[in-house]
Amino acid sequence: MADFEIPSISVPIEIPTLNRDAMKHSSPFIAAPKHQEALGFPGELVDDWQSKAIDKFGELLSKSRALQVYMDSCVKCGACTDKCHYFLGTGDPKNMPVARQDLMRKVYRRNFTLAGKLVPWLVGAEDLTEEVLDDWYTYFHQCSQCRRCSVYCPYGIDTAEISMAAREIMDHIGKGQKYCNEILGKVHVIGNNLGLPEKALAHTLEDLEEDIEDETGVTVKLPLNQKGVDILLVTPSADFFAEPHVDGLIGYAKVFHQAGVSWTISSYASEAANFAMFIGSVEQMTLVAERIRKAAQDLGVKRIVFGECGHAWRVAYSFMNTLVGPFDFLDPDYPVPQHICEFTYDLIEAGALTLDKSANDHMTLTFHDSCNVARGSRMGNKPGGQFEIPRAIIKACCNNFVDMAADTIKEGTFCCGGGGGLLTDDLIEIRTKGASPRMRALKEVVEEQGVTHMAAICAICKSQFSKVMPSYGFSMDQIVSVHQLVSNAIVLDGQVVDDAENDVVTTAKNTDSNGDIATA
Amino acid sequence: MVLSTIYAVLFYFAAAVFAFGLAYRIWLYARTPAPLKIPTTPAPTTRRGVVVRMAKEVVFFESLFKANKWTWLFGWVFHAALLLVVLRHLRYFTEPVWIWVTWAQPFGLYAGFAMVAGLSGLWLRRFVVERVRYISSPSDHLMLLLLVGIGTSGLMMKYVAHTDIVGLKTFILGLMYFHWQPLPADPVLLIHLGLVLLLAIVFPFSKLLHAPGVFFSPGRNQVDNPREKRYIASWPTPVNAGRPDGGEHSGDG
Repeated sequence: MADFEIPSISVPIEIPTLNRDAMKHSSPFIAAPKHQEALGFPGELVDDWQSKAIDKFGELLSKSRALQVYMDSCVKCGACTDKCHYFLGTGDPKNMPVARQDLMRKVYRRNFTLAGKLVPWLVGAEDLTEEVLDDWYTYFHQCSQCRRCSVYCPYGIDTAEISMAAREIMDHIGKGQKYCNEILGKVHVIGNNLGLPEKALAHTLEDLEEDIEDETGVTVKLPLNQKGVDILLVTPSADFFAEPHVDGLIGYAKVFHQAGVSWTISSYASEAANFAMFIGSVEQMTLVAERIRKAAQDLGVKRIVFGECGHAWRVAYSFMNTLVGPFDFLDPDYPVPQHICEFTYDLIEAGALTLDKSANDHMTLTFHDSCNVARGSRMGNKPGGQFEIPRAIIKACCNNFVDMAADTIKEGTFCCGGGGGLLTDDLIEIRTKGASPRMRALKEVVEEQGVTHMAAICAICKSQFSKVMPSYGFSMDQIVSVHQLVSNAIVLDGQVVDDAENDVVTTAKNTDSNGDIATA
Repeated sequence: MVLSTIYAVLFYFAAAVFAFGLAYRIWLYARTPAPLKIPTTPAPTTRRGVVVRMAKEVVFFESLFKANKWTWLFGWVFHAALLLVVLRHLRYFTEPVWIWVTWAQPFGLYAGFAMVAGLSGLWLRRFVVERVRYISSPSDHLMLLLLVGIGTSGLMMKYVAHTDIVGLKTFILGLMYFHWQPLPADPVLLIHLGLVLLLAIVFPFSKLLHAPGVFFSPGRNQVDNPREKRYIASWPTPVNAGRPDGGEHSGDG
């Protein structure tokens, strides 16, 4: 089916030999003028693009300490060279983080350093030629900004920051990426990445309510645009209809219901993801984040909770307070924002949920740490809570859980292959190949420990895996949402349980919770 | 006397380039805003935690250890040895010699060999490991050549052809107190000093900037507390314009 070779996953993860220009042909579609102009970028490549690009580069250097320090500090030690999943999956040397950075660093040296101006051949400095620009467009769209390389760099150099800056420069000279920029336009006009209008959204939520009632016999509401409620749920729009995302959304609804809190989704801010991070635009990122603040104010909520979405959580957790805070109009007793996993975990800790683990006995689970949650955010009060809390939830809902190999999880987790604005069909080859390290780690636990399903807490991971797992001999439903497991296990008050064996758990053990469980 | 004058002038020049060049770079890093919280997580949630994280990074090369044991071994041995060698050399700049510098002497001697060994290991990797060979520029090789040259010429003066160390110390103290004295015209010494001066001059214009850079890396030096404490850095574009506190400037968290 694919017109490229799928990497073999029958062997453990290994470092490939270099395969020059192996992915040189892989570039995403260029943004059309209307998509560019909607974001205030030039419609097509401007005439004096070279000098415009260097000007923008200089501006970014003066505005970002990270970029300035990262340009200067690399000693080319090679620590990062075998850490990128796209390099491991393709062998293309320009997918080694240091080499990817050097596409930009050589232009930096030529234009902004003494040595690069005097002796370019000695220090590897180069002008921003058309060929170099093409390399930028190609290889900075083969970086999912997952930050794995930055974990291993002795100076913490983060290729994500560099690829964001490169994309920002390219946007400003009229060479933007269609996928990201078109989606950002939709967010501004319609409110979510998928372009799902309010009416369709309301209809979808009603259908889900019916589904839950059919399944459980309990009326669980999924309110839309309801004013004066406690919680605004902001979740990736894929949660409204994609599989397995929607099963996660049902899980959130059941948790909210059982916690007894009032909540709502906003059609105006019906998208958690903030694709502006992918293109490195702080201006766009602010505008997209502003929608969430406005929705929270207009609806008069007390708290903001985010659904399962990796990059969204990074922006929400790390940047939102800076960009569009302060959130002093919300209840100060809760973190702003809160992750749905934190919310559910607190309830579990407080004993406020009745969970029937046997409902997930048909599965043996493993957990894929999503890159931007793992290395760009936190959950709970302690560093590493982003690893422990989702695992604690899974273990509270399932009897069978095993972790994948230690160097492929937690801070060393591999990106799914589709993050950072790469989740588009025109990049399916790099996506598929970039998924191979994760697929190898998964295959190991499938064969040795009988794992049947992998859970994730990111809309991109879920979409990416359902798309590429069949290429590796898995089935697309082997990727599940964490809150799908919660949904399976949770026993609602008054729930009809048709399986006689489960009678024992139908008595909800704790019904006095009003949901006011503070974050531990 | 011509030779002594040339070296004296070079010493002052190199010291000035090194000091001002490095100071400018540090000022540039400090002045450039870090607009957003981007620590590589899991990251410490307190300032004290960041100090510990940074200390582990600078003293033990923790991240490099996670990445690659060989590179870590060679790199760490080289840097630790270099530190001991530099401490040992303090005796040429002090009179009377500080007591702990005297104690450090024997360690500094062995460290000279360890330093060259570490550098050789790092250099070997640039030839043997295909990935590292691919990313190496001529300047990466030259930097190693320079450091190996400094190390071996120094060791030669101790173990092969002793130099007039008393004469050298007189020359250096003369430079420091602006009372110039002649420099012993020993070729190995002249090469050793020349290479050290070259190193000082290229320092602020080369990848040796990783030394101050590591302390300014937002991925390592930021506290992970964006929800607990609103982080606002100076940002020269009107990103927050129109917001209640748009343009507010405060320190980095």
